[in-house]
Amino acid sequence: MNMRIFIPRDAAAVAVGADENAVAFEQIAAKRGLPVEIIRTGSRGLCWLEPMVEVATLKGRVAYGPVSAEDVPSVFESMASNGPHPRRLGVADEIPWLKRQTRLTFARCGVIDPRSLEDYRAHGGYKGLERALSLGSDAILDEVTASGLRGRGGAGFPTGIKWKTVAQAKADRKFIVCNADEGDSGTFADRMIMEGDPFLVIEGMTTAGITVGATKGYIYIRSEYPHAVEAMNAAIVAARRGGYLGDKIGGSTYSFDMEVRVGAGAYVCGEETSLLESLEGRRGLVRAKPPLPAHHGLFGKPTVINNVLSFAAIPFILAEGAKAYADFGMGRSRGTMPIQLAGNIRQGGLFETAFGVTLGELVDDIGGGTFTGRPVRAVQVGGPLGAYFPRALFDTPFDYEAFAARDGLIGHGGIVVFDDSVDMRKQARFAMEFCAVESCGKCTPCRIGSTRGVETIEKIINGERVAENLALVEDLCNTMKFGSLCALGGFTPYPVLSALKHFREDFVPAPTTLQAAE
Amino acid sequence: MTAVYEPSYEPWDQTRGAEIIAEHAKQEGATLVILHALQEAFGYVPEAAIPMVAQALNLSRAEVHGVFTFYHDFRHKPAGHRVLKLCRAEACQAAGGDALAARAEAKLGVSLGNTTADDRVTLEPIYCLGLCATAPSAMLDGRLVGRLDEKRIDALIAEAQR
Repeated sequence: MNMRIFIPRDAAAVAVGADENAVAFEQIAAKRGLPVEIIRTGSRGLCWLEPMVEVATLKGRVAYGPVSAEDVPSVFESMASNGPHPRRLGVADEIPWLKRQTRLTFARCGVIDPRSLEDYRAHGGYKGLERALSLGSDAILDEVTASGLRGRGGAGFPTGIKWKTVAQAKADRKFIVCNADEGDSGTFADRMIMEGDPFLVIEGMTTAGITVGATKGYIYIRSEYPHAVEAMNAAIVAARRGGYLGDKIGGSTYSFDMEVRVGAGAYVCGEETSLLESLEGRRGLVRAKPPLPAHHGLFGKPTVINNVLSFAAIPFILAEGAKAYADFGMGRSRGTMPIQLAGNIRQGGLFETAFGVTLGELVDDIGGGTFTGRPVRAVQVGGPLGAYFPRALFDTPFDYEAFAARDGLIGHGGIVVFDDSVDMRKQARFAMEFCAVESCGKCTPCRIGSTRGVETIEKIINGERVAENLALVEDLCNTMKFGSLCALGGFTPYPVLSALKHFREDFVPAPTTLQAAE
Repeated sequence: MTAVYEPSYEPWDQTRGAEIIAEHAKQEGATLVILHALQEAFGYVPEAAIPMVAQALNLSRAEVHGVFTFYHDFRHKPAGHRVLKLCRAEACQAAGGDALAARAEAKLGVSLGNTTADDRVTLEPIYCLGLCATAPSAMLDGRLVGRLDEKRIDALIAEAQR
């Protein structure tokens, strides 16, 4: 029997040597004259163990990691003889970090070959769509609504209500748009699922299409993700060939097709109306709402626009029923959230779990603290527009409302950990700088306020009239918060104000120093 | 064994440019698609192509110029022979990216966003490659590199300068 070796083709694994490993395994197998089949998968999301390679055994897939190219010969021997190895992690499914998770969306990611429609189907793929086809629009809407799924891009708007609005709209054409412009630092779940289980995203979008009566979909992927673009394009071709895109999907009367569009490096295009402008071939200027995209979206037509993770949650909900999804979670945050642990963290990666886990559990227990070994001082949750949380707030449960109550947001579920060497003045300035560079320019508080914000924070850093300038920054933040159309200008104040509030000591010289100076 | 991604571009040619534009012009909202295709072929979007795109899409030159200048990706002149992008977003900052960026600037003698005098290397910031749990990261042309440290970035710079 062929030895079957699984090596990720996920960008994070490739960036630390997975491609070189694949070549090395092929070479050593040829040298040893052993028949080996190498299957390139997505990533399981245990990023600190990447490249993680697996071999099929009678007990299940046994993992090794991190495996460098130099490790390959000895790892290969261990695989062939089922013998011990310092990099051997045991059966992959039994690794505690993986076993503790509730993988509903990421169940197949890292397991299957993302290029193979057969593999996807063999692992339960397209069961959701098959059920959806038998249910019809109204019953699908009931399921999606009952699941409690809320927009995973960060805004948390109930997906069922959005879909229903589009389903009820009358128009000659409607569109499904997938927002894969995952620009937030510390987030990579969209990238991972597009690279590791692209058919899942297609299935989710197709389901949306048949529900609301749209026959065309676009997935707008950022240009910084060339591997994801390639994976989605390959999957679309395979799905079309397999009868899952195009006319008469899965032998039904429904038609749906989709294409990939690539962004061009503008962060603001992750905002849904800016993204629609960009898809239409224009500058990514934010639109005022209303009208909502559900009524006047792409090319002025009713449009469902959802994040990758929202579409990716749909197949499970349809296949297993709304209740199976809604049984997880807390309060109004139902189901699971793929959380991304990043930055200065010992065990970083993708951790999908039910809402309700606390920030402290995520950072200290699951993440294992910092990789530098220094104490955790601050964590930024939700990307460049998310608040910095100190240890004192580590009891905050991961839940849309709980984070909002503490002037933060969960955003797209990214958590970036900083150790005690962080200078929060620098982070506050960066937040304003980033906003200044990426502002689309439509709203004055965002366009000009961000530049004034950088200048004023610099004055604080230089010790110029610190108290007055701090008051000015706070005032400016309030203007941006309430005077901007979209989250870029509106939420940039979150990292700035949270840095000021929770890490005041970085901005104001200690009293003893003041006395000495006088 | 590292795959080679050294880019090569064709010189600007009006007929070829017109072909590329015509190939994509029928798509809905084709402006970005065309600009990407032109840059892929020529390594940048030549000034002369802007009015051609405008005509093909029945837009004004100003509109196409506006789109072209809005997006960070599009270049108005060719980049250096190799393009080294350093991720400068928060996760990479938290993992020591600031010091590595400063090191790269010092080694190459240019600040982020510029090309070396010999046109060998363009050094650019990028805001998030999505490799945030294997940070800091970089991309040399199409090739991704994670878990950067001084040794790895030095090797990357040496490769870019070759």
